[in-house]
Amino acid sequence: MADPKKKTMFQKIAESQFLKSIFRTGIPHTRRQRMMAVLNNVFLHLHPVRLPKHAVKVKYTWCMGGLSFFVFLVLTVTGILLMFYYRPTVEYAYGDIIDLAEQVPLGIMREIHRWGAHLMIITVWLHMFRVFMTGSYKPPREFNWVIGVLLLVLTMLLSFTGYLLPWDQLAIWAITVGSNMARATPFLGHEGPGAALLAIGDINLVHAASDVRFALLGGRFVGEATLLRFYVLHCIGFPFIIMIFMVVHFWRIRKDGGISGPT
Amino acid sequence: MTEDAINQNPNENPESQNKPEVSPPASPVGEKTPPIEAKEKVSRRSFLTSATLAWGAFAVATAGILTGAGRFFFPNVLFEPPQTFKAGYPDEYTIGEVSERWKEKFGVWIVREKGMIYALSTVCTHLGCTPNWLGNEKKFKCPCHGSGFRSTGINFEGPAPRPLERYRIVLADDGQIFVDKTKKYQHEKGQWSDSESFIAV
Repeated sequence: MADPKKKTMFQKIAESQFLKSIFRTGIPHTRRQRMMAVLNNVFLHLHPVRLPKHAVKVKYTWCMGGLSFFVFLVLTVTGILLMFYYRPTVEYAYGDIIDLAEQVPLGIMREIHRWGAHLMIITVWLHMFRVFMTGSYKPPREFNWVIGVLLLVLTMLLSFTGYLLPWDQLAIWAITVGSNMARATPFLGHEGPGAALLAIGDINLVHAASDVRFALLGGRFVGEATLLRFYVLHCIGFPFIIMIFMVVHFWRIRKDGGISGPT
Repeated sequence: MTEDAINQNPNENPESQNKPEVSPPASPVGEKTPPIEAKEKVSRRSFLTSATLAWGAFAVATAGILTGAGRFFFPNVLFEPPQTFKAGYPDEYTIGEVSERWKEKFGVWIVREKGMIYALSTVCTHLGCTPNWLGNEKKFKCPCHGSGFRSTGINFEGPAPRPLERYRIVLADDGQIFVDKTKKYQHEKGQWSDSESFIAV
């Protein structure tokens, strides 16, 4: 063996000021140093420092939570790339989608985004199914299940708002049908129960141009304003909210005693 | 800076600043200074008063901003076709015809039968798509889920649970047909016999 006091090239680089300024812990040798390496890294510190053996058993977890997050990252990257070409206006939207498929290099980008959206719904459902079947929603993880349900709803809202953006017949009528449910919201929808009670004399406070469906569509029917609203919600609004809840969700896995395992 | 500070000789500054710092240790050990502590201590009453005022102001400001943000989603001007329009003279419609003249712009079919003209909504009563008028088969057919309606608006096939709605229709002063989409008449509520649900011709 070489002289232990003589530093190898690798050690010299690892202990240089440049790398030590980035990775403050240096090369971890002890358990404590390994722990510090994880805790001192903003990306790693969301993960547990040490894992129980069962946590990496794919047969138990199916890795569906991790895969959901991975698909979300793929959707974020491809979605940002699509935004460089797509214009959310009645005049251009449909043409830009065709353009993305036929004229822009790597025309499969939009399809990856679309398939990814379908896949994320599937992985989130399977993740929920696994968590349910293994009883991992039970205390002390019951609050994280609630966060998970919010994430499911946000995933579907992202899917729903993305559905309109191609601006073809399927998109327009699917959103017309889907948003009609909002008409029947109690008190908030103009055809919902209780809406008729909210009136001053003969003037209805909740009508077609003042109810929750209008706030969603930006009009009495699916039109230009709807396309823009859904675009903003799809690209900024919901991703922002879902990321906040994802951070909480991952954090709570650790705080609730780590990933669940067979007992 | 106060005037006093400016007027002071800069050379004397270090000394003058040091003095107060040096003097406390010089004071006799164990000397109590309760008056100063009592002066700086925040009483429960004043804390609660200022906390209530501060949080109250914060809550009011937040509520105001949220209300404004909510109102922001309801614009004062809509770039949509108006809810009321004049649809020409009754003579322009032939008996037995379903006119698609105003379908695209206003979402209304004008139907003239023997003795009456009425305005049908183009919104399918199933889930809100726009049916097509199939002239050969004399029926409205919705492309979304296959609901079918007669030219009167009565549903007869597919999942639609009730007939198409009719809009308020009257003759304006100049003799033109005036359609008002803010008021609707539903067959299942027995409203199709109301006076302004059709024009007698």
